[in-house]
Amino acid sequence: MDEVRLIEVKEDILSDNEDMASEVRERMRGEKAYLLNLMSSPGAGKTSLILRTLEKIKHDIRVGVIEADIDSTVDAEKVIAESGTTAIQLRTGGFCHLDAAMVTQGLDALDLDSLDLVIIENVGNLVCPAEFDTGATKNAMILSVPEGDDKPLKYPLMFSICHVLLVNKIDYLDHEDFDLGALKQRVTTLNPDIRIIEVSCKTGEGIDTWVDWLRGEVETVLS
Amino acid sequence: MHELPITQSILDVVVKHAHTNNVKRVLSITLRIGELSDLEDEWIQRYFDYLSKDTVAEKAKLKIERAPVVMRCNGCSRSFEAKIKEKKEIACPECGSTKNFTLISGREYYVKDMEVQ
Repeated sequence: MDEVRLIEVKEDILSDNEDMASEVRERMRGEKAYLLNLMSSPGAGKTSLILRTLEKIKHDIRVGVIEADIDSTVDAEKVIAESGTTAIQLRTGGFCHLDAAMVTQGLDALDLDSLDLVIIENVGNLVCPAEFDTGATKNAMILSVPEGDDKPLKYPLMFSICHVLLVNKIDYLDHEDFDLGALKQRVTTLNPDIRIIEVSCKTGEGIDTWVDWLRGEVETVLS
Repeated sequence: MHELPITQSILDVVVKHAHTNNVKRVLSITLRIGELSDLEDEWIQRYFDYLSKDTVAEKAKLKIERAPVVMRCNGCSRSFEAKIKEKKEIACPECGSTKNFTLISGREYYVKDMEVQ
């Protein structure tokens, strides 16, 4: 009988994805284009936010969209294309998240020479997308008011990896038992540098603040 | 459910290390996973049993060690374990501050070691 021994491994489980994510970031730097990874639960308003954003920026920023939401009731690809923006749909095959390899496929299908900004509409889910670095320049997430202010307690990783949090459906605040102060406290404890912007894709409230943030970000890679 | 691709990554790491160490059989694998991450122990084992068939790691038992979330207070430099999934506001046990913390650990996601023959 062979002796039982212990081998020390200490190897990161996601190191392959992280290497590939670094390659994506390198590629985007070379292309002088900004990659935004947009995440949220299903129904929080990713597609609505993208459409609102495109209305404001499409005349001066050249945008491409990588669509990965597997459970969308709207044919987002079509809607976005109608706004004159290049959109490609990734076939995620029921996957719960995008990884850097899938994002690479998406980027291959876009003409990056002619784009300043690529927005990834990640799969609607607050768990899995947080674990997989897509190679994005920055991560943004949407939390909508009807989802509740306790989400940072349930999905802390997602709130800790995002650079900006959009609190959408802010027009619902009066109808919901949602404590905005408690939400901000919970989020900034996990992530002190996060920018929190209150928006309503329905009324347009806060969209300009968000678009200003995004413009400022995109300018950093264009210059 | 991201357990399936993650399990495949775990198996890849294990098989690679088994190969370089002339291992005949992997008996158990210890993973160290930070409290910030969601990982269903039961599902990981099920997926692992399925994916590891006919490999050196077939029938290996997965042991998951949870690494606590540790924060450092930027005010007084005290490090402390934070219960981030509880509603109670997080406060520094030293100076009582409720903001300005740096996350020190809680995002671990690695294969720590394995018992082999």
